[in-house]
Amino acid sequence: MESAYGLIRTKEAFMKGLFLLCAVFSILALVTITVFLLVSGIPFIAETGVGEFLLGLEWAPLADSPAYGILPMIAATLYVTALSVVIGLGTGLFTAVCLFRFCNRRLAVVIRQMINLLAGIPSVIFGLFGMTVIVPFVRDYLSPNGVGYGILSSSLVLGIMVLPTIVSVSLDALNSVPESYYEGALALGATKEQVTFKVMLPAARSGILAGAVLAIGRAVGETMAVIMVIGGSPEMPTGLFQSVRTLTANIAMGAMELSGDALSALIATGVVLFVFTLLLNISFSMLKRDKTAGKSKGVLNDKK
Amino acid sequence: MIKSKSHRPGVLFYRILRYISIGAAALAVLSLAAVTIYVLVNGTGKLSAELMFGEYDETPSILPAFVGTLELIFIACITAIPIGVASAVFLSEYTGGKGKLVRAIRVATETLAGIPSIVYGLFGYLVFVVTFGWGYSILGGGLTLAIMILPVIVRSTEESLLAVPAAYREGAFALGAGKVRTIFKVVLPSAASGIVTAVILAVGRVVSESAVLILTIGMVVNKVPENVLAPGTSLALDIYYFASHGYPDQAAATSVVLLVFVAVLNLIAGGLGRLLKRSAGGLK
Amino acid sequence: MKVFTENMTITAKDCNLYYGDFHALRDINISIPGKKVTALIGPSGCGKSTFLKIFNRMNDLVEGCRITGEYRIGEIDIFDKTTDINLLRKNVGMVFQKPNPFPMSIYDNIAFAPRTFGIKRKDELDEIVRTSLQKAGIWDEVKDRLRKSALGISGGQQQRLCIARALAASPRVLLMDEPTSALDPISTGKIEELTDELKKEITILIVTHNMQQATRIADMTAFFLLGELVEYGTTDRIFSCPSDKRTENYITGRFG
Repeated sequence: MESAYGLIRTKEAFMKGLFLLCAVFSILALVTITVFLLVSGIPFIAETGVGEFLLGLEWAPLADSPAYGILPMIAATLYVTALSVVIGLGTGLFTAVCLFRFCNRRLAVVIRQMINLLAGIPSVIFGLFGMTVIVPFVRDYLSPNGVGYGILSSSLVLGIMVLPTIVSVSLDALNSVPESYYEGALALGATKEQVTFKVMLPAARSGILAGAVLAIGRAVGETMAVIMVIGGSPEMPTGLFQSVRTLTANIAMGAMELSGDALSALIATGVVLFVFTLLLNISFSMLKRDKTAGKSKGVLNDKK
Repeated sequence: MIKSKSHRPGVLFYRILRYISIGAAALAVLSLAAVTIYVLVNGTGKLSAELMFGEYDETPSILPAFVGTLELIFIACITAIPIGVASAVFLSEYTGGKGKLVRAIRVATETLAGIPSIVYGLFGYLVFVVTFGWGYSILGGGLTLAIMILPVIVRSTEESLLAVPAAYREGAFALGAGKVRTIFKVVLPSAASGIVTAVILAVGRVVSESAVLILTIGMVVNKVPENVLAPGTSLALDIYYFASHGYPDQAAATSVVLLVFVAVLNLIAGGLGRLLKRSAGGLK
Repeated sequence: MKVFTENMTITAKDCNLYYGDFHALRDINISIPGKKVTALIGPSGCGKSTFLKIFNRMNDLVEGCRITGEYRIGEIDIFDKTTDINLLRKNVGMVFQKPNPFPMSIYDNIAFAPRTFGIKRKDELDEIVRTSLQKAGIWDEVKDRLRKSALGISGGQQQRLCIARALAASPRVLLMDEPTSALDPISTGKIEELTDELKKEITILIVTHNMQQATRIADMTAFFLLGELVEYGTTDRIFSCPSDKRTENYITGRFG
């Protein structure tokens, strides 16, 4: 009898160890990913020269005298991301406000569910849509130079893709603003619209900002939808209707010809992208902390 | 009195903003719906038995992609579900959510969740294709995807576990059950509906993902993989391949298949979640 | 671990309990007779529930809880290293304030403890389920729906189900933490009758806010105040001629 309970105690300890091991796996995976990328990427960057790599204007890994400058890709990534987030945020924020206050409650719930569902559409399908609808449209009706692939098309596709994120995070932020703000302001004689835009929206700003950072993360990291509409020339972006190449597209497009230095160059690009998303992650978690810490202060701040 | 309100300065401006916001909502819904509707309308007519089940010879077929997708789901799930659920159990049942280790685990999962899929692809390439020497393989792709969906599973499972009333745990302990028995017989079954939903959403991500696979499974579209160490393709990858190699019709048709696949997964997630909740006794 | 014997006197010697810095129970000494119902009464926060939970070591689950003193059920030292906590809890059943059936079938709820302790044969389990439900006086009400969810029955039935679930472990002691506070008067009455029946075989400790309930069902009564045991004796004596002024004030309703 006694030994049976000893056995149970051993089993408890064993299972706890097993659970712990699995929990530590995430840390292990993150460390492994970081190490693998850095070990394979950093030597190449060092060899090429940090300045040459990050600020170089020419990307020609397969040329006789190869050049590995990714500044055009960094610029294109920033350009496309900024534009798509402006498009997504502009539409998404107003959408959230509408669902929050200017829309039949029932309908708002349905629309929200629909938007969440649409968030699950595979990115390659967004890419296909961009390729077969947006690119021809941009080429035929908007582009002055007859180029459809490029910055504007990519930004439009990404803008649609980040919509669900922005709408759902902003709506959560708006919903977590205490209703007493709303009622208080209404009681002072402001209209429903004024209260919503002047009181509720500012009170939800940190949450909305967090949503924007999340959207930036998605836009920076998106690959498949982008490579199908971006064109892919590794050139400095100068206008909306120009074929360029983002960091993600650079990796994916080079993926088919992986060998030697070209491979190292792609991994080095991955390192830059990785650092980029780490920074975004940090700012996101800082915003989140701000949001929870700022809640009690909020009342004082908003009195003005 | 009411009328004078609208004459106050600023009121009109905000009223206009209101209409803008309604317009924006309509635009958002329309643009997202347009993607779905366009794909369905454009692709359904192009579906053919040849594409779906035929041999890949003169005309393309997505049969290899079917097989590849199912294998990827299987590999990613049998790896990520046990590890993910076990880490969630550790976080919620053994730690009380506090402590340095817990914070480190949380930071790690959050960071993993934020890494772009193409970076996972690079990692998978470096580890499985190069270091392990497997070359392009479905197994390597599946394992890379497993790491990618791990944060999703950990987070949602942890949420479902935290939602299990403490009274259930107390009740089990008071009956003399040990911690492990309490977890497996009471806590996990009570959280089953949430966990299943999480898993199916994670499967949705596996099915949708393509950037990871470009670098890990090789995009061999015309051959049904003989085993998991062979290179292969997936439905999502096929769409990219068809679209960029001059088969727009096949790309459209495959998109329909993929969309239906994802939609069915969502329906199953909802239905199974409700069913498990009911069998757990929420409803009579 | 020693085994449970016929001697089921429950004793606590120099009992002190702390939650972090908070001194929740102070120098309690008590000896509770076996096969009787003992009521623990006192105002909210006086420590009576905390005291109750010492005997199945549920306080072990509370972070920062520290217990000193000596505690015995019969010959068994509750906190002895050789005492198996799970076996202790099997022998010291507990019924909570709010009914907490598991979200599974009625049958599986009752069979939980026997299965935990290795009983797998179906006929054996069937027998335990039936007798436990009968002892808890709920067999007739649920015998046709044993495979249905336990969450589908009324609150009063759920609480009796929880009693049956505890009985299925064949405990020597039953701890009841305000078991009727969430129930209607009829269900309360049924549970009170039940304690009378059960004390033929097991020792019952019941925490209650309801003094009428204590007088109705308890042989012994202990009055707690601010973490101290103020007075302990037969229920008759405590309620007819309390020796402590504070007890008198409490039972006559001057505070609490």
